[in-house]
Amino acid sequence: MPVGNQISIEKEKILHILERVTDPEIPVLTIQDMGIIRDVVFENHKIIVVITPTYSGCPAMSAISMAIRMELLSEGYPDVEIKEIFSPAWTTDWMSESGKQKLKEYGIAPPVVEKRISGLLFQKAPEVPCPRCSSTDTVMISEFGSTACKALMKCNTCLEPFDYFKCHR
Amino acid sequence: MTFYDYIIRLADNNLILGHRLSEWCGHGPFLEQDMAMTNISLDLIGQARSMYALAAEVKNQGETEDDIAFLRLEHEYQNLLLVEQPNGDFAHTVLRQLFFASFQLPLYQAMLQKLQGMTEEQFVTLRGILEKAVMEVTYHKRWSSEWVIRLGDGTTESHSRMVTAVYELYRYYGEAFISDAVDDAAVSEGYGVKPEELKAEVDQYIDDIFRQANLNIPVDTYMQRGGKQGVHSEYMGYLLSELQYMQRAYPNASW
Repeated sequence: MPVGNQISIEKEKILHILERVTDPEIPVLTIQDMGIIRDVVFENHKIIVVITPTYSGCPAMSAISMAIRMELLSEGYPDVEIKEIFSPAWTTDWMSESGKQKLKEYGIAPPVVEKRISGLLFQKAPEVPCPRCSSTDTVMISEFGSTACKALMKCNTCLEPFDYFKCHR
Repeated sequence: MTFYDYIIRLADNNLILGHRLSEWCGHGPFLEQDMAMTNISLDLIGQARSMYALAAEVKNQGETEDDIAFLRLEHEYQNLLLVEQPNGDFAHTVLRQLFFASFQLPLYQAMLQKLQGMTEEQFVTLRGILEKAVMEVTYHKRWSSEWVIRLGDGTTESHSRMVTAVYELYRYYGEAFISDAVDDAAVSEGYGVKPEELKAEVDQYIDDIFRQANLNIPVDTYMQRGGKQGVHSEYMGYLLSELQYMQRAYPNASW
């Protein structure tokens, strides 16, 4: 078990290894880009990786936990515990700027701050720029896309359909 | 044990309604709504899973969330009768969702208020689960409200189907607001909410949606009850036989 100064060095090392773990649904995003990793703690010989789930039923979480174990095992850390904490709840505000940029380059529009009026029905969909041509003349086709965290949109300028990573807060 | 019982009840509602919605997978009226229903299902089953896991941890007798979800008998499930009702047509499904989400959201919000400042680990975990659930259920409520209005205020056909759904489901709306000993015990332990206190707000919301949907609230309806005490409608047995099939046929199967 590392002590004192070693803790932060060891922690940096672990976090560096974990940069290889990506979201199975969006392989360009690391779990650090997503803001899923909350902490790394040492307990005796065990490493506890504290993560926070994105959506309650996100099926990617078990794949992510498995990938964390595999990466750490391959670097010689067999004793790993994954601890899920729920509070405070994950929001897309925790996604890093570089993560948002990577999403856009991958063809997924990153979350925009949605100005929804609480409780008001039939509101206009948020204005989301097209990740290909940056036009804001886009329409939402479906609030759900290929995964729970994405909506399906269409650009009226370049006519391409695209995924939008919804604002979750 | 009050905490355990109270959490199980919250989770049972979510699991059973999540299961019902999952039955729509591949059968939705069109692709977008098929995905909406299965995503809502995923949210609810995810919330149930976190709650069962918390309950199992608090009980600390080696039980897992899967044991609680799959290995209990019918009378041990304490969900509302509302959530086990069959999907019927799309009108039934969106109305059932409206009734449940309109209750679930203020319940969770009221619980979050009560959990503020409670520092024991189980309460902190529950708060986190509920915080996340509130984000999700806000959407479920909006989705179902919009559909009830669209269909109720839509064509002759969609309106008549909504009227039928109201006639058949309204009798299951009231059970959520009738408290019993478990509710009272949870209230006295500080985290529980007396459901009667939510009723005026939810009634008003339903009233507002029905008005926009050109629907009338039935008068003098006898409200069915019993689900919270494990006395279920006939549909529950069929639902569980499908939900539990794998673990009953192949005990401890995993993949």
